[in-house]
Amino acid sequence: MRDRIWIVAGLAVFVALITAPFWRARRDVGDLAKLPVLTLPANQTQCVAPVAYMRASHMKLLMAWRYQVVREDERKYVAFNGKVYQKNLTETCLGCHNKEQFCDRCHAYAGVPSPYCWSCHNQPQAGASAVSAAALQPQAQPAPGARRSPDRLLSRMSGWPVSPVPRRAQ
Amino acid sequence: MKITRKDFLRLTGLSFLAAGTIEATHAIAGRSAAQESAPRKETPSQTVRWGMVVDLRKCRKDSGCDACIQACDSAHNIPQFSNPKHQVKWIWTQPYETVFPFIQNGYAEQTDAGIQVPLMCNHCADPPCVRVCPTQATWKRADGIVMMDWHRCIGCRYCMAACPYGSRSFNWLDPRPHIPHINPDFPTRTKGVVEKCNFCEERLAQGQRPACVDACPEKALVFGNLADPNSEPRQLLRERFAVQREPELGTGPSVYYLV
Amino acid sequence: MFMFEKALEGSRRYWIWLFCVLAVIAVGFVFYMYQFNVGLGVTGMSRDVSWGLYIAQFTFFVGVAASAVMVVLPYYLHDYKAFGRITILGEFLAITAVIMCMLFIFVDLGQPARIFNMILHPTPWSLMFWDMISLGGYLLLNAVITLVTLTAEREEVAPPAWIKPIIILSIPWAVSIHTVTAFLYAGLPGRAFWLTAIMAPRFLAGAFCSGPALLILFCLILRKTTGFDAGQKAINALAVIVTYAMAINVFFILVEIFTTLYSRIPGDMAPLEYLYVGLDGNYHLVPWMWLSGLLAVFSLSLLLVPSWRGNRVLLPIACLAVFFSLWLDKGLGLIVGGFTPSPLDTITTYTPTLPEWSIVIGVWAIGALMITVFYKIALGVHEEIGEEEVHESVLVAGAAGR
Repeated sequence: MRDRIWIVAGLAVFVALITAPFWRARRDVGDLAKLPVLTLPANQTQCVAPVAYMRASHMKLLMAWRYQVVREDERKYVAFNGKVYQKNLTETCLGCHNKEQFCDRCHAYAGVPSPYCWSCHNQPQAGASAVSAAALQPQAQPAPGARRSPDRLLSRMSGWPVSPVPRRAQ
Repeated sequence: MKITRKDFLRLTGLSFLAAGTIEATHAIAGRSAAQESAPRKETPSQTVRWGMVVDLRKCRKDSGCDACIQACDSAHNIPQFSNPKHQVKWIWTQPYETVFPFIQNGYAEQTDAGIQVPLMCNHCADPPCVRVCPTQATWKRADGIVMMDWHRCIGCRYCMAACPYGSRSFNWLDPRPHIPHINPDFPTRTKGVVEKCNFCEERLAQGQRPACVDACPEKALVFGNLADPNSEPRQLLRERFAVQREPELGTGPSVYYLV
Repeated sequence: MFMFEKALEGSRRYWIWLFCVLAVIAVGFVFYMYQFNVGLGVTGMSRDVSWGLYIAQFTFFVGVAASAVMVVLPYYLHDYKAFGRITILGEFLAITAVIMCMLFIFVDLGQPARIFNMILHPTPWSLMFWDMISLGGYLLLNAVITLVTLTAEREEVAPPAWIKPIIILSIPWAVSIHTVTAFLYAGLPGRAFWLTAIMAPRFLAGAFCSGPALLILFCLILRKTTGFDAGQKAINALAVIVTYAMAINVFFILVEIFTTLYSRIPGDMAPLEYLYVGLDGNYHLVPWMWLSGLLAVFSLSLLLVPSWRGNRVLLPIACLAVFFSLWLDKGLGLIVGGFTPSPLDTITTYTPTLPEWSIVIGVWAIGALMITVFYKIALGVHEEIGEEEVHESVLVAGAAGR
């Protein structure tokens, strides 16, 4: 029975790991019993599809759009009510919805924070809702000396001269 | 001579096999033959093949004009890295001698000296990058544009090794902090994917010409449909002597240079 | 499970070694997380030299993996009994090397989370697809073969008959992995240094000397540390294989150099100039490539003389020389040479950075860990049945009697 301590410790680590998402959501969202409050678009009453569908399957719609636009050059979306939309995350979706007050809140609550859409796709210049312009220009110009850019850091780490030499250039 | 049932079946089987082999050979050979001829001739069904003609006589790169590069960079959120190892280039310039080493005759310094040639993806008819990509993250559209799917690219950089023109760039670092002004209408890229000139397919979809073409003050860049004999680039190619970059590789570049 | 319990008992020295290896792996992992977060910009790779040490190491270790065929083929096809004790070592080396290859590819990816796009969107016209198939298949074949033969050995029964065709299949498969890896490079237009039909044969020759050289070194280390004797006959036979393969490898390299230098086509010459004499004031890799060449000549002169080849001191030196000569040639020069000068005639120097080296050494350490555990298992099984044999007959005295 002298292994008991190891077994208990191992189990504790296992339980901690497997419940980690809940702890994290608690930290990020606060009271999990309270549903997230979403700010709905002020200028529109109808989304590109019925609310129930969007709530359950917006990711499927987005995946279909991205496939059709990028790979099939199909950019027009005819909605269920006959209205025609551009298949465009920044223009169409974020034209009405506010990322922080709509997408992020629900995603944080559901424990699927920040899908990688946002590492490339931008928020529109003038958002439909009240978000300051500063927040819409993410990391456009890092303040000088605020944080060492990884670029500089690693050129220091490698310490090698890097300029490419054009041959027969002159 | 009597043919037994067994012989008959054997012969039939062999004939089918032979016919199948011929069919397969035709299918394979026919396909590759079509690919080989593609650089020179469009297949009849291809009604659009986007292409570009660069008039080096008109281009003023030597006098410091970089309007096309500026236009492209801001339209496509091209990051500006100071470290040349990490640079991302869609359209850029390079000395004439390094771009067209085969035109050198050894005594042309007077005329060629200092000429800077604008370079971009050649949107090849038979692109080696498309051939090697293991996920079809880069592929050739019916209108000839070699596209990139930044959602799918795994960042293996095989396409960069395959491209004989050095037209592809990799996002060695997160590009966002290095983009002076983000154009919200075009996505930035994420670290770890390959990118290159897309012939402004997003502008073509709206009926506009590529940003570099519109930006050129000398109208040195001419864009149009190479499959249409009456298009502007085709007229220029009829009238003037034009070269492609390394045509001997059989890639069939869609970018032509008037020298 | 899988006789893994054999790896869990060992001397103090064994555990210290494992601990050291794990520490190196941990360092490599930390640096990988750094690379994962910041991007591949933490390496020395660039827009012009877009593949570096990772892909070069991948290429080199594909060769090591393929070299298992040099013990498997004589033993199973020619019934060469002397290789009986080391065949399993060769197969475990293959498994280790293939896993290392996969890791080297993985750490080279810009978007590693999307690696399954390779399977989700299978692309048969890409050589990368076939490399995945051949490496994965080779790993599977060798895993099945080692498991089945080792289990049979432990239970002291003949391996089941169905394993024989699988073993036979593994022989051409080994050739295929290195051929496909050569085709990755040899099929690209515009990279003159790689565009050569002799690349696959040259890869195989290089593999069949560097791999068995490593195996000889492992056998000698095992003799020192565990008392396991591979048998002098087996070692001698391996040394002959290394000699022939190295001679062929050097011949192939010279053939390449002749074709390029005598034809004097500038585009073809430039990479060779860059590697061996320097180009436009860039002598970055010149000392390393000459070291590789000198080691090749040195090792070959040791190996070609039978009495030196059989010498207990000179053989390991020759094997080390072979290994490092090939490591420099294939694990460094081949990839960088293919990218230099760039298509636009610029020379960008490539020097691996500290994070890059740490990650590479971390992957080596994972290899060392795997090979240690695998050999521990194999020798454990050997000892287990060996002890019983001692009980049964008094004949075996040499190995056990120290």
